Amino acid sequence: MKKLSTKLSALLLALTMLIAAGCEEDDEPDNFTPTLEAAIITYSDIVLANYTDSRNDAQDLLNAVNTFVNNPTQANHDAAKQAWLDAQESYGQTEVFRFYGGPIDDDDGPEGQLNAWPLDESLIDYVNGAVNGDDPADNDGTNIINSPGDVPTIDKSVIAGFNELGAETNVSTGYHAVEFLLWGQDEVLGAGGGNRPFTDYVTDGSGTNENQSRRADYLVAAAGLIVDDLNALIEEWQEGGAYRTFFTSADQLNNSLERILNGMGKLSTGELAGERIAVALDLKSVEDEHSCFSDNTHRDVVTNAQGIANVYLGQYGSINGTGVYDVLLLRNVELAEALRVNVLASVTLSEAIQIPFEEELFSTDGEARLEAVITSLESQGASTAEAASVFGFTLDPTDI
Amino acid sequence: MGRKKRVYVVLSVLLALSSCDTDDEVDPFLAILEENEQFGGGQGTIFDEGENAFGQLPDILLSRNREFVTGNSFFRRNWVTEPASTSDLDGLGPLFNARSCGACHFKDGRGAPPLTPNEEPLALLFRLSKPGQIEWEQLPDDIYGGQLNPNSIFGIEAEGSVSIDYVEQPGSYPDGTRFSLRKPIVSFDLNYGPLHPSTSIGPRIAPHIIGQGLLEAISEDDILSLADEFDSDGDGISGKPNYVWDLVNKKESIGRFGWKANQPNVRQQVASAFAGDIGITSSLFPDDPCGEDQDACNDALYDNDIDLTEGILDRVTFYSQALGVPRRRDWDEPQVLQGKSLFTQANCSACHTPKFVTGSFSDIPEYSNQTIRPYTDLLLHDMGPGLADNAPDNRASGSEWKTPPLWGLGMVRVVNNHTNFLHDGRARNFEEAILWHGGEAETSKQDFMSLELKEREAIIAFLESL
Repeated sequence: MKKLSTKLSALLLALTMLIAAGCEEDDEPDNFTPTLEAAIITYSDIVLANYTDSRNDAQDLLNAVNTFVNNPTQANHDAAKQAWLDAQESYGQTEVFRFYGGPIDDDDGPEGQLNAWPLDESLIDYVNGAVNGDDPADNDGTNIINSPGDVPTIDKSVIAGFNELGAETNVSTGYHAVEFLLWGQDEVLGAGGGNRPFTDYVTDGSGTNENQSRRADYLVAAAGLIVDDLNALIEEWQEGGAYRTFFTSADQLNNSLERILNGMGKLSTGELAGERIAVALDLKSVEDEHSCFSDNTHRDVVTNAQGIANVYLGQYGSINGTGVYDVLLLRNVELAEALRVNVLASVTLSEAIQIPFEEELFSTDGEARLEAVITSLESQGASTAEAASVFGFTLDPTDI
Repeated sequence: MGRKKRVYVVLSVLLALSSCDTDDEVDPFLAILEENEQFGGGQGTIFDEGENAFGQLPDILLSRNREFVTGNSFFRRNWVTEPASTSDLDGLGPLFNARSCGACHFKDGRGAPPLTPNEEPLALLFRLSKPGQIEWEQLPDDIYGGQLNPNSIFGIEAEGSVSIDYVEQPGSYPDGTRFSLRKPIVSFDLNYGPLHPSTSIGPRIAPHIIGQGLLEAISEDDILSLADEFDSDGDGISGKPNYVWDLVNKKESIGRFGWKANQPNVRQQVASAFAGDIGITSSLFPDDPCGEDQDACNDALYDNDIDLTEGILDRVTFYSQALGVPRRRDWDEPQVLQGKSLFTQANCSACHTPKFVTGSFSDIPEYSNQTIRPYTDLLLHDMGPGLADNAPDNRASGSEWKTPPLWGLGMVRVVNNHTNFLHDGRARNFEEAILWHGGEAETSKQDFMSLELKEREAIIAFLESL
């Protein structure tokens, strides 16, 4: 039986090849391969430009944070917060570079250190209430900043170490750690986020909430780690960088197209529509949102959606190159156009989400706005999966 | 699978054309093929053969996709120390085994023991119990409670660390083929003093969690009809139900979930794992995992409120019930069919019951009246001293285990990149798992061992196809 099967398989294979040879034009008169190659290069250029912008914004954030802790005033506090908000605009668009085990989220990728959520805020600094047996009257709690005995020094390697403490990770670093250290807990519904006073960083004895200089050390270290991690990503993606060289090599073009589609589809459906919006909407879970301290979650949605559009259309900043769209046009014009309309609609619908995100969960109009975004994102996730199958890949956009 | 079907189509055409070509291997095994047997979950079957094969919602439940997505999210998310702004996600510990369900049930799949004695186990936990019960609970260890928690939140000392080493036990088949089984040697390095002298240690690996709603949908009568506690039919195989307290329905109930069938339904299983493994309390399990004398742990409790909202418990329960069963691969291959036949001949199917028709199931009505093939009777059987953990659990003795379902086991390699089986992951492959069987399964194991190599391979090919 086994021999028979083998022979039959060989026969079938031969037949299949004959049929394939008969009905498919081998010579690709539509320039598929050059277009694909151009799209992979455009994508790599976008990744590099976007991470470079993110690094520059993170450097501005680090500078603003340094200015603030050296001279803690309301104005400098506000400037640091604004720098954080600005940094989100570029970083949010990079999230479409996740979900295929690239430099950002391969086994030793920095995603978990850069942007993980939910944050272990009460591991980092005081929160409202006693933790780990401390007297509520102290209003500090046992946490890294307020445990000078257990953690004498706070620097980048110490907080990165806490991010890996235990059998799995704590989340003690990244954008949301900086956000928490600038805004503090957001304890009430309504716009504006947390109300951490700038005096939390005043060290002349008149400051609030003790261990102000340790808090400053933490803030500077967390912002510095973001810059370091983004620099490491730039190194991988720059011209001649290890990952870019691999990603753009001739024998990887198809695989890289598959990677790009994975990023687009999974960010659309599983992550953004599912994890970030549908889950919050389903259980109306207050502060179940990424940027809960600053109430900036509405922008997270827009920038993520924009990142997907960038990749699909091959456009970012001054880059206007060959997109996945152009590659798909060669195979399925209708699908390519539908997906183009869809990714742009998702950005527009996301921009309609009102501030703050958490209040949208509790109003009929807000729910409708969020549902519209979910529907649009799920539809583009499904179309991305369809595009994948057009190119001969399988893609499950829900599997993140 | 399309390719294979085509082969068979061509094959039958060829056979029809050349009726003189009789292949005497094909016919007897094709007769064993049952219609639809590849759809082990009935309408709860899914068709993914990739690494997310255990994480799929069957099409028949698509209308409940939102609940599934939310459940999946809370299954995978890390819980954080209380209090946090994301108040629905705080309450970790103070003592815990893991920060999320998915940490141990990675991709809803099966955990593996550590590769070296220096590596801390994550997906393998240790139940602690003393002889005797209060109400329906096994007596816990005086200090450490019912489970060792090797992790803790900042500022609290964890309960201790675990090291697992193995001793190889060589053996051979009647045909002379050699094998070696590895017996685990567990050692604890404890931070709160020694265990009570009569405390037993029960290792439990995280199993894959597909098809649980379908198992819950099997009627109690159907399970009890298979029970033969005192082996009145004299076949050497008993089969007895565990009876446990159903916290959801507040009544005594047959146990179905857990290695010793100590949980009656998925909701209670989920809530129990949240409490015992992550330190997340709920309406069903309101007590944090601190022992009475663990002052630091008790002091660390932020409040005595329950951590898990009913909404999240609902969603994670639905998610865990809904997960579909992967369609079998190669179910119609002659070798697999031969293996299936030998599986029955060796009487493996006496406990690994191939087929049920589910009863009426109100949680997921779509899972009612489904023909399913889980290969379990959900009953307890004595597996002999080799596998015994000497830790009784309700009516399960120290050497009794619930027959674990076999569906999906062939996909563990794809989803979880290993083939470790049994309650502590000691078996490195299907063959070793079979060879560890003893007690009521001794005769079946001897039957397996006395088969020819090709026949043993056929049984394993059958298990791989599940």
